[in-house]
Amino acid sequence: MLSADEWDILLLSLKVSAAAVLGALPLAFGLAWLLARGRFPGKILLDGLVHLPLVLPPVVTGWLLLLAFGNNGPAGRWFAEWLGISFMFRWTGAALAAAVMALPLMVRAMRLSIEAVDRRLEGAARTLGASAWRAFLTITVPLSLPGILAGLVLGFARSIGEFGATITFVSNIPGETRTLPIAIYSALQVPGSEAVVQRLALISVLLSLGALLASEMLARRSSGGRANHGF
Amino acid sequence: MAFDVDVRRRMGDRQIEARFRAGPGLTALFGPSGAGKTSILAMVAGLLRPDAGRICVDGDLLFDGAVGIDLPPERRKLGYVFQDARLFPHRRVRANLLYGHRLVDSADRWMTLEDAIAFLGIGHLLDRWPRTLSGGEAQRVAIGRALLRGPRFLLMDEPLSSLDTARREEVMTVIERIRDELRLPILYVSHDRTEVDRLATTVIPLGSKP
Repeated sequence: MLSADEWDILLLSLKVSAAAVLGALPLAFGLAWLLARGRFPGKILLDGLVHLPLVLPPVVTGWLLLLAFGNNGPAGRWFAEWLGISFMFRWTGAALAAAVMALPLMVRAMRLSIEAVDRRLEGAARTLGASAWRAFLTITVPLSLPGILAGLVLGFARSIGEFGATITFVSNIPGETRTLPIAIYSALQVPGSEAVVQRLALISVLLSLGALLASEMLARRSSGGRANHGF
Repeated sequence: MAFDVDVRRRMGDRQIEARFRAGPGLTALFGPSGAGKTSILAMVAGLLRPDAGRICVDGDLLFDGAVGIDLPPERRKLGYVFQDARLFPHRRVRANLLYGHRLVDSADRWMTLEDAIAFLGIGHLLDRWPRTLSGGEAQRVAIGRALLRGPRFLLMDEPLSSLDTARREEVMTVIERIRDELRLPILYVSHDRTEVDRLATTVIPLGSKP
């Protein structure tokens, strides 16, 4: 079974990934909604920016995070001053890196499900007395819920596997930023730790596979499973 | 006047125009497909903004382009029955029926859920999901949902067009009873002559204009 250290690594990974996807959720949903429904100049540019972490070398993303969210970076200073959150060499920084890397996947899943919502249903809700905001909350959000959940699960899986941007941005600090992949990388540097690598790798495979299966099931449900609720 | 409508709107390369006044009863907008009938209903509902004009229903001014009045759909106190019923797929029949009922001031309600169920004969459908309903059942539920919202008038967009003959008869009877027993002004869109002859108090012919 796992040693105490390995348990800590697993729990840290889960904490970092959960914080990453939950923190990114409002931004991801907002961006997904804008890209699905908005008509504005620069939409293609915004779309490109959202997807950038998907194609950029992770080490570049990590370096850009360092510039922006480091102790002397503009965003880093703002967070420290107004919210008292610092990212450098802390698990919060690992969560931020994971969130940025997971964002494109989350936005894609959510955008597809928002685009699949029949807008005429919102019009019907308006004629029944619902304000635009209420129609959004009672029609658009519940109908795109499977996509929102799929985005969360997919983002979570991506966060669990995050390595390059994290190690560049917040380094490799046991108990703070040494998540599963970074722990595996560290163990590989130490001769005779094959068993540790194997155990941690197995956990990674199980977590990722579980998340992928979950998101696949959610996607299926959204594409017609609702008919199975009644007869 | 129940309906006093004068609207214009450019849709792509088409100009949609309508100007009519009609008394109580059922007013049919009658014309070929593509004459812009649905767009006119959407303008009366507030779902589509006219470029110019004026919409007054039962003495309430809903839209006046000249003075910048444009009530949002939720404040126009109308019931809209769509061609395809347009029930909310994630809510059972009961929750569909009550969606607007719960949003409206209790003073504006004039029908209870029990009344609507008895009026439309839909008591056995309450726990069903919309996807499992036949076309006629879905359309009766849609009518119930619109009535329970406590509307001052109804808009109906070809509510019979997706139904077979037996179901048409069933829904047509319901519409006649809304017209005669509930005495609700209805603005009704159709391209079917027999339907209009049977239901309409007033017929407004619409042709497509270039």
